[in-house]
Amino acid sequence: MLVIHCPFCGPRNESEFINGGPAREKRADNPNAYADADWIDYLIEAPNPLGPVTEKWWHVMGCSMWFSIQRNTLTHEILDYANKTHD
Amino acid sequence: MQNYSVFSLARNALSNHQNWRQAWRSPPLKKHYDVLIIGAGGHGLATAYYLAKNHGIQNVAVLEKGWLGGGNIARNTVTIRSNYMRDESIPFYVKSLELYEKLSQELNYNLMYSKRGMIDVVQTYPKLRELKRRMLAMHLHGSTYEPIGVSELRRRISPLTGGDLESRLPIIGGMVHTDAAVCRHDAVAWGYARGADDRGVEIHQNTGVQKLLRGSDGSITGVVTDRGKITANKVALSVSGHTTTVAETIGLRLPLRTFNLTAFVSEPLKPLIDVIVNCPDLGVYLSQSDKGELVIGGAPDSGQSFRRDIKQNVFEESVRSMLELFPSFKRVKLLRQWGGALDIAHDATPIISKTDIPGLFVSAGWWGGFKAIPAGGLTLAHLIANNEQHPLSEPFSLKRFDHLDFVLEPATTAH
Ligand SMILES: Cc1cc2nc3c(=O)[nH]c(=O)nc-3n(C[C@H](O)[C@H](O)[C@H](O)COP(=O)(O)OP(=O)(O)OC[C@H]3O[C@@H](n4cnc5c(N)ncnc54)[C@H](O)[C@@H]3O)c2cc1C
Ligand SMILES: [Zn+2]
Repeated sequence: MLVIHCPFCGPRNESEFINGGPAREKRADNPNAYADADWIDYLIEAPNPLGPVTEKWWHVMGCSMWFSIQRNTLTHEILDYANKTHD
Repeated sequence: MQNYSVFSLARNALSNHQNWRQAWRSPPLKKHYDVLIIGAGGHGLATAYYLAKNHGIQNVAVLEKGWLGGGNIARNTVTIRSNYMRDESIPFYVKSLELYEKLSQELNYNLMYSKRGMIDVVQTYPKLRELKRRMLAMHLHGSTYEPIGVSELRRRISPLTGGDLESRLPIIGGMVHTDAAVCRHDAVAWGYARGADDRGVEIHQNTGVQKLLRGSDGSITGVVTDRGKITANKVALSVSGHTTTVAETIGLRLPLRTFNLTAFVSEPLKPLIDVIVNCPDLGVYLSQSDKGELVIGGAPDSGQSFRRDIKQNVFEESVRSMLELFPSFKRVKLLRQWGGALDIAHDATPIISKTDIPGLFVSAGWWGGFKAIPAGGLTLAHLIANNEQHPLSEPFSLKRFDHLDFVLEPATTAH
């Protein structure tokens, strides 16, 4: 089980969180400005590295905050509590 | 190929089993092949077999990083079923089951195929509605799925004593899928390997692919392996959870993510359960092996993962779910646990496809892909040989993403 550091609550068991998948670029304000291929790429492609991935977690059984951390997908070591919060 | 039969068994018994021939060769690695298949799992080996058998393409090498059949084909819970939801998927799985049923004879290899059926234990009305919708779609394509009542369900699965009216999630009914089966997973890899080898295919173990190579015109030209460079006219990628890792080496991006799925087995018990039991509302499924062990699987770990072990919280969750319905299993000892890294496509439907790189083919997104091995190999071989999709795998092409024509395939827990 991972111990995830919530920026608000501190270190908590993984079972208090829901994984929100890998963090991606911010969605464009105006999708029409994209070429079709780039827009499809944005919708369907997600990073899948064998190594560090930046991913979102939701502290659903705690303070409800969304934030991202960096975790190694092979070792599960948490490399960076990026502490970048999301709305 | 040395034929396996009761006579060859008797003959070899007379010489104390000292004279059995090796099931496949270990030939020297050549510099060039017509077709390279990366990954000696079920899909890679079946593809090689059908390339040689159905299309007469024999100058083929299967390159395997570790040992033959040591990937997910060695790690799965062997549920073979065709209870899918979409018109695009069901015919493919119906075909795969049909091929499986005759595979022991076809390969002259005993797969211990056991068509024992699967029963879904349903505990919520939304799930019941979903499964009934699935049933109507399946009937259109010749697959079997029928509702049964609670008392019949309990009669057919005697240790199912939990889930009464007082419980958190009372059992409200079930569905029976009589086509479902289990078989010996290693035998599928070994049988296809032996059959492919017999038809001229070379299998090279301990030959990991580090990098894909393309020529000046953009098409594939070969691969770099731990044992040097090999050129080829066509290359097929069937490396299960590692598809994106290998595709990245040639700048190809694919809508896949890798997750860890796990299973565990109990100590051997007397014969107790003669069907596959799937509990989609709790996220756990189990069957009993010929040795008597309960083979139990649950939901995947939630974050991306390339690991092949099991996390304690995932394990506890599956056990807790199982005990809600099978309280008497509380005293059963568990013997082993493990996991595997699988990739899943953006719409949860597999990918059998050409790619943007001419000559490079991919078979991936095999989340529950053990059942799909015969049809997956058959259709990928067809695609490689003819440069055109087999009608059964047409919906699995990467082209579907160009227009966001997703084939959304909802899960039932049993993989
Ligand atoms: C716990 C668990 C339970 C499952 N239960 C079921 C089930 O009940 N029913 C079902 O239908 N499916 C099930 N599955 C899924 C099924 O096992 C897979 O979908 C299927 O085995 C994948 O296809 P494969 O056999 O070709 O993969 P694999 O056997 O994984 O073959 C891929 C091969 O590629 C090799 N490879 C990787 N990278 C390289 C490289 N760079 N160079 C050379 N070789 C490489 C690997 O070593 C591996 O041998 C389960 C999986 C798991 C983990
Ligand atoms: Zn918190």
